[in-house]
Amino acid sequence: MRILGEAVAPVTADFSNDTWWIWLIKAVAIVVFLLTSVLIAIWFERKVVARMQVRPGPNVHGPFGLLQSLADAMKLLVKEDMTVKAADKLVYIVAPMIAVFCSLLTFAVIPFGPNVSMFGVNTPIQLTDFPVAVLYILACASVGVYGIVLGGWSSGSTYPLLGAVRSTAQVISYELAMGLSLVSVFILAGSMSTSQIVTSQTAVWWFLPLLPAFIIYIISMVGETNRLPFDLPEAEGELVSGYMTEYSSMKFAWFFLAEYINMLNVSAVATTLFLGGWRAPWPISAINDGMFNSGWWPVLWFLAKLWLLMFVFVWIRGSVLRFRYDQFMKIGWKLLIPAALAWVVCVGVVQGVRQFSGLDLRTILFVLAGIVLLGLLISFLVPEKKQPPAPKRPPGPQVYDPYAGGYPVPPLPGQVLPPSPRKQRAAADAAAAADTDNSTTPQVTQEVHGG
Amino acid sequence: MRGLATTLLETGETTTAEAVLFWTLGPIMVLAALSLLFAKKAVHAALSVVVVMISLAFLYVAQDAVFLGVVQVVVYTGAVMMLFLFVLMLVGVDSSDSLVETIRGQRWIGLLAGAGLGVVLVGVVGRASYGKPFGLSGEASSQNPTGVAHIIFGEYVFAFEVVGALLVTAALGALVLTHRQRLTPRVGQRERADARVAAGATLTPLPAPGVYARHNAMDVPALGPDGQPIENSVSRVLRIRGQEADAEEFAARTERVLAGASQVRGTPPPLAAPEGASANAPELGAAVSDTGQNGPSTGASGVIGQEDGK
Repeated sequence: MRILGEAVAPVTADFSNDTWWIWLIKAVAIVVFLLTSVLIAIWFERKVVARMQVRPGPNVHGPFGLLQSLADAMKLLVKEDMTVKAADKLVYIVAPMIAVFCSLLTFAVIPFGPNVSMFGVNTPIQLTDFPVAVLYILACASVGVYGIVLGGWSSGSTYPLLGAVRSTAQVISYELAMGLSLVSVFILAGSMSTSQIVTSQTAVWWFLPLLPAFIIYIISMVGETNRLPFDLPEAEGELVSGYMTEYSSMKFAWFFLAEYINMLNVSAVATTLFLGGWRAPWPISAINDGMFNSGWWPVLWFLAKLWLLMFVFVWIRGSVLRFRYDQFMKIGWKLLIPAALAWVVCVGVVQGVRQFSGLDLRTILFVLAGIVLLGLLISFLVPEKKQPPAPKRPPGPQVYDPYAGGYPVPPLPGQVLPPSPRKQRAAADAAAAADTDNSTTPQVTQEVHGG
Repeated sequence: MRGLATTLLETGETTTAEAVLFWTLGPIMVLAALSLLFAKKAVHAALSVVVVMISLAFLYVAQDAVFLGVVQVVVYTGAVMMLFLFVLMLVGVDSSDSLVETIRGQRWIGLLAGAGLGVVLVGVVGRASYGKPFGLSGEASSQNPTGVAHIIFGEYVFAFEVVGALLVTAALGALVLTHRQRLTPRVGQRERADARVAAGATLTPLPAPGVYARHNAMDVPALGPDGQPIENSVSRVLRIRGQEADAEEFAARTERVLAGASQVRGTPPPLAAPEGASANAPELGAAVSDTGQNGPSTGASGVIGQEDGK
């Protein structure tokens, strides 16, 4: 019954040499990495958004304002910790903890690099890995949302509750699309273990052959982390700040921390599954027989890709407006999920053809790319459909009634306002004067708006 | 479950770590399951189910069923329970169970049936004999998802497809049952906006509370250019609740300020003395009003007229 091809080793990374202190070092290093990355990410986000909005951004504390997030964290620490009277005490306190703890779990299975020698022990730069590591990441993310939902519910107030309800709906709809987009990677890589997926990207990074899945993942990862344009659970224009309205001091800081760690998480997952993980980009990977793909170098490539995606987050935030809730749901259910489903079917068919015909993956990819290119070329040859000619506009500026709809509207291109009563009176007076004087009629110049 | 643990210990198959895990998670799960029964609030009950599910997932993972454990969290905790919470929050957050009996004797019948079920369960489970436990062989445990896939899509593929078809049919049925034809045209954002304008509603935002008043707070009405409080500026909720600050008092205070200022400033120049009060009042009015041209004298009727016009 081995239709599904040759059995692959479930996990590539070799953890057999690990001792308890190696685990401890790795675990502590991950937590330290995440916390410092969050501090940098907050500064990075504020600085980049400021740059996009042509203002300096934080520049007072430390060189380039680098200590700004530290100052913010200190401020949050020493602020008064308020618990609202209507709150469901236990849940209210536990909710931010759930959010943070679950967000800290994901990086345990993210590979930072291949095997290195760490204090004389040969071990991969990864805490652990198992055959369903990516599913484990999804599980952590979905449990982490309980923090948001319960935080909103337990506050005992309207806006947080609305934020919580939105968050549940958001998670249910966007995790489906996210999971489906990851399925195509599982099919091609033949595994759900992160180290195995990175190994499978030696020839080609999956974001190229699986571009639609990558795009769906990028969109749903923004939705999953409640970031603009999908930050409806905390939409400050509508819900004050959504689920964290009633939180203050450290409890608020925990939600904040969880949000930024989640950004790092989803970026790391995108890097690992689609962007080749710790593998060096092409020209560099060819140097000196893959020297830059071994040792500690891969950590650099991994971090570069991670921060590239973080920049994309900030970029999106700086340029896109928040969606309305119904539009948001429409995108999720009517666009992303059907597209992801159709794409999974396509990938399944291609993979089936590949395994039953025994063709090389590279050959199939080139053939498919050829077909797509051919289709593109043919589409250029097809004559464009003639646009029906626009209804003819009468020449010259048209006087219109600005109060026709019940309230004043400005003139559209080619329209002019009728002369104001004062101008009408002046024109009438002038006409009367012209009748008596027989002199030239004064021209009332009208301003034509637009084209 | 207790029996399973002891038999495993007897055969020496269970490691100490596994036993510790079980005896930590077991009581937690039992407590959570009991709190599902006894919790007053529906959300608390849902939370206890989540605790049971996650602990169960830990046990699955400890038994080498990694795939099952993780999928349990993704599907049941992440999606199904989330859907439950969604419905609970939509239906009513604070609704607790009603303890009024609707059917006579329902409680006693329920208790009897429950006790009967308990007796049957204890009888069956207590008399069951457990075979010698055998774990997964090394190859099978490391190939966990692949093994599950082979069983589902190999041996049980027909049953799997049938279940899938059944679920799709159920979902379609739910869609058909809840579908209703649209009889009226859809009212969107644009239509609502047009209707608001046609109904003569306020187009601009309402005036903010506390503006130009001496106290800048939510419950203090803003002062118009005439120095009179604007009713609309205080939130409707506060007004209905009667939590609005006394507008009369603030108006009186403004009056006092205006009067006091005119007294102080009106005295010194003897030349301007006859018209001092009237000449100086507009200046104060300028400080209070936005237009600043005619101060309190003309502002009053104009502004209030506008308010009524809306």
